[in-house]
Amino acid sequence: MKTVVENVTCTFCGCLCDDIIVEVEDNRIARVQRVCANGRGVFTDYDPTPRRPIVAGREVEWEEAVSEAARILVQADSPLIYGLSSSASEAQMKVVELADLIGAIIDTTSSVCHGPTSLAMQAVGEVSCSLGEVRNRADFLIFWGCNPAASHLRHFERYSLKPKGRYIPNGRKDRHMVVVDVRPTASAKMADHFIQVTPGADFEVLTTLRALVQGKEIEAGAVGGVPRIELLELANRMKGCRYGVFFMGMGLTMSGARDYNVSELFTLVAELNQYTRFSVMPMRGHGNVAGADQVLTWQSGYPFAVSFARGYPQYSPGEFSAVDVLAREEVDAALILASDPVAHFPRVAGNQLKRIPAIVLDPMMNLTSESAQVFFPTGSYGVDAAGTCYRMDNVPIRLREVIAPMRPTDEAILGQIIEEIKRC
Amino acid sequence: MQWRNSLGENFILITGRTVKQAAGLHKGKDSDAYRRATALVEMNAADMARLGIGEGQMVRLRSATGQVEMPAHTGTVPSKMVFVPMGPVANSLIGPETEGTGMPSFKGLTVEIEPI
Amino acid sequence: MLRIINGRVYDPTNGKNGQMEDIWVEDGKIVSAPEVDRGQAQIIDATGLVIMAGGVDIHSHAVGSKVNAARKFRPEDHYGSTYERTSHTRSGSGYTVPSTYVTGYLYAKMGYTTVMEAATAPLLARHTHEELEDTPILDMGIFVTMGNNHFIMECIRDGEMGKAKDYVAWLLNATKGYAIKVVNPGGVENWKWGRNVQELDDEVIGFGVTPHQIITTLAWISDELGLPHPPHIHGINLGRSISARTTMETMAALEGRRAHFCHLQFLSYGKQPGTLHRSEAAEVASMVNMQPNLTVDVGQIVFGPATTMTSDAPLQYGIHQQTGNKWMNDDIENETGGGIVPIRYSRNNAINAVMWRTGLELFLLINDPWQVLLTTDHPNAGPFVHYPQVIKLLMDRDYRAAMFERINPRGRKDALLPELEREYSLYEIAIITRAGTARALGLKNKGHLGVGADADITIYADLDDKEEMFTHPRYVLKGGEVVVVDGQIMRELQGKTLCVAPSYDPGIEAHIRQHFRENYTISFDNYSIIREHFPHREMIRCP
Repeated sequence: MKTVVENVTCTFCGCLCDDIIVEVEDNRIARVQRVCANGRGVFTDYDPTPRRPIVAGREVEWEEAVSEAARILVQADSPLIYGLSSSASEAQMKVVELADLIGAIIDTTSSVCHGPTSLAMQAVGEVSCSLGEVRNRADFLIFWGCNPAASHLRHFERYSLKPKGRYIPNGRKDRHMVVVDVRPTASAKMADHFIQVTPGADFEVLTTLRALVQGKEIEAGAVGGVPRIELLELANRMKGCRYGVFFMGMGLTMSGARDYNVSELFTLVAELNQYTRFSVMPMRGHGNVAGADQVLTWQSGYPFAVSFARGYPQYSPGEFSAVDVLAREEVDAALILASDPVAHFPRVAGNQLKRIPAIVLDPMMNLTSESAQVFFPTGSYGVDAAGTCYRMDNVPIRLREVIAPMRPTDEAILGQIIEEIKRC
Repeated sequence: MQWRNSLGENFILITGRTVKQAAGLHKGKDSDAYRRATALVEMNAADMARLGIGEGQMVRLRSATGQVEMPAHTGTVPSKMVFVPMGPVANSLIGPETEGTGMPSFKGLTVEIEPI
Repeated sequence: MLRIINGRVYDPTNGKNGQMEDIWVEDGKIVSAPEVDRGQAQIIDATGLVIMAGGVDIHSHAVGSKVNAARKFRPEDHYGSTYERTSHTRSGSGYTVPSTYVTGYLYAKMGYTTVMEAATAPLLARHTHEELEDTPILDMGIFVTMGNNHFIMECIRDGEMGKAKDYVAWLLNATKGYAIKVVNPGGVENWKWGRNVQELDDEVIGFGVTPHQIITTLAWISDELGLPHPPHIHGINLGRSISARTTMETMAALEGRRAHFCHLQFLSYGKQPGTLHRSEAAEVASMVNMQPNLTVDVGQIVFGPATTMTSDAPLQYGIHQQTGNKWMNDDIENETGGGIVPIRYSRNNAINAVMWRTGLELFLLINDPWQVLLTTDHPNAGPFVHYPQVIKLLMDRDYRAAMFERINPRGRKDALLPELEREYSLYEIAIITRAGTARALGLKNKGHLGVGADADITIYADLDDKEEMFTHPRYVLKGGEVVVVDGQIMRELQGKTLCVAPSYDPGIEAHIRQHFRENYTISFDNYSIIREHFPHREMIRCP
């Protein structure tokens, strides 16, 4: 029996494209349309066959796995909960509840992604907009330290560069696009202008732009490898546009000055609003990392690197962030939700995860689950688990069950672990 | 930065997302596709020529944290810069220091390179 | 069954002014005394205590996208205000922008049981509903911002009022909202081009309509749809010296139609020589006194830290420019915008002193307490936990006079306030904090203790110090369950979401679909909120 499900949301990246069409046959995904190369695997490479959880390398029943997970967390002096960004907010709400209950440190993939962006926003603010404003108004786009052609494949076509909009009747022709990066990327090839910056010099270049925007004179012939004349031209173009939008990514958050890079950019954007309208948007990497920020913030007050150890939430990036607590061996158990830190953390931190008892909830085995004490093969959000997700511009989007679920959701398992812990 | 057996030239390491890395992770982190997609380094053509590294040749990258071997391919990177896709191979070079931010130095790390 | 005995009941909706009466509760409702008292009812002895319905807050920025952006933005707000978890309550943090569980607990401890979320962008309504699931105890409704909505402005431009009406009805259903919110109509759209509006007849760039048209159209629509609460209006020129004039012009423009003007204090200033605004509360109050079709809430300043957060994006930019404080802005496609700037109100600051006076003058010069309702536009003028301080200022003129003496002397100059000797009675306080707010909202089962009302009941000690009295209720009941005793949360429960569901011509959907295709970045079919998406929280259709 074949059905066609429309308006499906792909959860691979922060674009959360919700126009995907999926053909389902006998409760299996047969065909996916409109999805990009990065997102296709979300639908086609996921095997929804129910599997049994694994404890210490053996397949067990769900109750036994839940008991073992509860035991590990209750016995831990300093448990860590990490991940969140590839699950729906319903699961995220449960996992923060769990952290509160057991006095855990809880951190999300933000800390290795846009955590510095949050630090910058907390320091100087953030002038932003929703993606539809980009579609309808933005005549000037600057992609700084990000590469949508590799990470957000439909961004240009759906939101930023190509679409026609209310005040952009001619689509691409009505927009001017600049890419700023340390190397010419595939995104740079699509730009009207590519500016190559020396690695680690973004802060100096941004400061220089702020000065040029405010009409100050710069003596240096070049800053950060960029000739002054090019920077002056960029400053003037920015001031002369109607509605400009910066998109920023890991090139700023992961380099050198990290959050200072971002706060310098955010300050530039705020100052540009004295001359014209300008916004900035972080390119959120995972499908629901924006949701992880939202849920942890509304329940605790803080977006990442939170500790509940004292019975109330404390916020301290660098102190309670996952890479740091693992590297310093300050946690003795971990629950990893929808993430693979052994793959994505510096090796020292990832290796520590292999040494402590770990519980993993994920649709697929990954490098973290291979060494975990407990593995729960849960449903995949947006495929066989419904829920809510937050786009990179914080617009909440509903996820459907495209196929009928045969697996429990993250939310359900976390709820069982919580109940088991309360019974202890 | 000087190590005991310094090979001479320093390069700046950038790590990041690629389409093949994304496709690989869908197949599974233990899949050949993922391994192939995350164990490689893109180098500037002139740099490769100067160091005597052929297309696809195995090289060793070394940072203050660790070292790892992978094949080298020509890429659109400026001279003295190399790109490795994000993943466990890249992460064996990256240390856990976050300078109080929670964020390790995934981009901009200094590495040495030698052909094998 | 529950019986509250020997308490003095203040229930203005039903004309009760302190008489001693028993209150009977069963199945979450106020019921009449049973014919035969089998003595099985749980008793609460309220001897010497004052009984009112649970507080009803008509305007508070408590949940949703903008509030959460402010929480994330302001960790410094939370550090000094932390709340430990207990066996049955969650931990949290925050003073001007408390986290969701703390918001529920603090309101409940203060004796408030119903809170209206002041503004939600339709595109982001799903976020608001998610936060409601994590905001315990309180019944809540959502005001949906529409005053800069592209579809509505196009209908006005094209003279298609019926189409606008159907769209508004559809939108309230799609967002599970409670009322129409209007914020700086036209000005927020103009801000997307770096401009604003300052007169009711200014043009909205790209649409050719005026603030006047937007307001009167929405007022007409609200009446046509029979909505329980009329358009809730944050007018043009907030904070400016021309605000009182344009506020009164806006009131006149309504020509007798129902409307609610929110945080009116911020919109009641006039010009005088020098840089300081003057309070024109007297003029504005006179107008309100002549317009029984209007209700207002004051948005009273409370000296201390605050967080300004509104959909009035150009206003927020202006506050950033004036104060130099960090600034958040968000333009929301096709619908609205907004911004956030931290602020601190000081009694030593002449401008803040005038603002503080203006609010009190509105309270004391608007004659009918059913028309002038108590808010601090939380957290714009001050955190809601300070409502009891405002109550004391209204009930105790000596306290008021003493605080007046401590404000900046320039802010005291030519002030009307010292001459205003009126003191609010307990009965009147009950009106401006529950009976009147519930009536203005059209909530028939809230704000009173008559048979059939929801058993949301607050029991206070009768103290001379009214701030102390209203800060520490002895008991708070929600839906007949005792949730607070002497400042302790006894149990957590899930409140309900109050929404309206006006009918509309289904033919409007084809037009809206096209609007989505041409202008949005989300599918029409993914936009609307369905009850099933929020299984943990009951939605109540009103009326």
